[in-house]
Amino acid sequence: MEMIWQGISAALHLLLTKDPEVIEITLLTLKISGTGTFISLLIGIPFGTLLALKPFPGRRFILSVVNTGMGLPPVVVGLWVSIFLWRSGPFGFLNIIYTPTAIIIAQAIIASPIVAALTCAALQQTNPKLRLQIKALGATRLQYIWLLLKEVRYSLLAAIIAGFGAVVSEIGASLAVGGNIQGYTRVLTTATVLEVSKGNFDIAIALSIILCLLAYGATLGLTLLQQKQQGGP
Amino acid sequence: MLEAQEIIWIQNHKTILKNIDFHLLPGECVGLIGPNGSGKSSLLKILAFLEPPTSGQLYFQGQAVPKSVPLTIRRKIAIVFQESLLLNTGVFNNVAMGLKIRGLPKERIREKVDYWLEQFGVIHLSKQSARSLSGGEAQRVSLARAFAIEPDVLFLDEPFSALDAPTKEGLRIDLAKVFKSTQATTVLVSHDFKDIAHLTNRALILLNGEVVAQGPPSELLKNSHKEEVDRFLAHFSS
Ligand SMILES: Nc1ncnc2c1ncn2[C@@H]1O[C@H](COP(=O)(O)OP(=O)(O)O)[C@@H](O)[C@H]1O
Ligand SMILES: [Mg+2]
Repeated sequence: MEMIWQGISAALHLLLTKDPEVIEITLLTLKISGTGTFISLLIGIPFGTLLALKPFPGRRFILSVVNTGMGLPPVVVGLWVSIFLWRSGPFGFLNIIYTPTAIIIAQAIIASPIVAALTCAALQQTNPKLRLQIKALGATRLQYIWLLLKEVRYSLLAAIIAGFGAVVSEIGASLAVGGNIQGYTRVLTTATVLEVSKGNFDIAIALSIILCLLAYGATLGLTLLQQKQQGGP
Repeated sequence: MLEAQEIIWIQNHKTILKNIDFHLLPGECVGLIGPNGSGKSSLLKILAFLEPPTSGQLYFQGQAVPKSVPLTIRRKIAIVFQESLLLNTGVFNNVAMGLKIRGLPKERIREKVDYWLEQFGVIHLSKQSARSLSGGEAQRVSLARAFAIEPDVLFLDEPFSALDAPTKEGLRIDLAKVFKSTQATTVLVSHDFKDIAHLTNRALILLNGEVVAQGPPSELLKNSHKEEVDRFLAHFSS
């Protein structure tokens, strides 16, 4: 018990005094996971839109693959990204394994199916009559897509938060392709595990509190958005 | 203005529209009446270029309409459905939607939107969110959105049937006023003969995807028709 209280009070001290290492890890995490999520939007939203609005042969199959991809284990993504980026691998010449870029790539791969699947679901749930009405207002194909995406904007925000929530809390990929290099690729999750293994529970608890706040903030945001989407106050 | 020749529409091996001829003169308001499932909405969608007919030919302003309808033609029509189908944004933005899509300058949009909100008695709701409206208000906004486009042909698919009786009565009176001042070329679908009698000069009766009678509403009631037509009209003659 003693150790727990000590750990928590030391953790609070680290947070309140804005410990430079904790701050650095947090900022790096936000930068990496933020960029990874952003890239996943550039891939996931257009792809999800295509799946929702354009009938083509094999669409159902691809949709089921994307839905399965939502549950892709990060460590598996980490493994395959490592293999591709390995010095002797197909993209070894890029020399980006064990860099923040490698983590960003892996996290973008993890978040993209989540964003695509949620975008697709949101668009498919729109009222078909409303879609007809938008067409009847004289919209071009692009205007039609734009107006529909605007109509489901809260669901899209929810998709973004879900994607971010998934990558900020994953560890397998960050560890495999980033290598947990201090001040460079060390993020909240990998740092927490390292500190635990070293027995530094105070800093581990401090990091975990920040991680929880980020994850809880995401969940809270999702809940609020869902209420807003349903036309609540 | 608009003409349809020998329109046939088949969906899932079911013939929904059987050889329909239709024409609409400028400034005319034509009614389409028939029981549920008789094909009124289907015909409207085809006339409004939202669905291609299985066979038959459409003419718009004297020109044959190609299979893939050009945007310039599509943008000359507007349609209001039974449900208001407003987008999840403000009232003003909803009424502005068709005009924004057409790339009108901001000041012109504001003028037109305000004018049509005024005409339908909902200008005071301009800043509200569409979600907050009652059924009657939402339908007024939906009508304003269609009129704001100033379409060459306006299609109304049972615009009142989701409303309660007093709300419907009020809207019908206001719509009749707007019709009178705009002389909008209109096709009005309803399953209620009263709407047709109040608002149209000429009506077609649709039964099982066929036009079974047509003429001025008052004469449709007086004349006698095939038995099934009379049975349908009997609901309204009392
Ligand atoms: N897209 C469609 N596919 C198959 N059947 C349809 C479709 N649209 C309408 N129908 C059928 O066509 C018939 C006429 O429908 P509709 O035009 O909506 O009638 P109304 O508007 O007069 O009530 C109905 O039996 C309906 O089930
Ligand atoms: Mg109908």
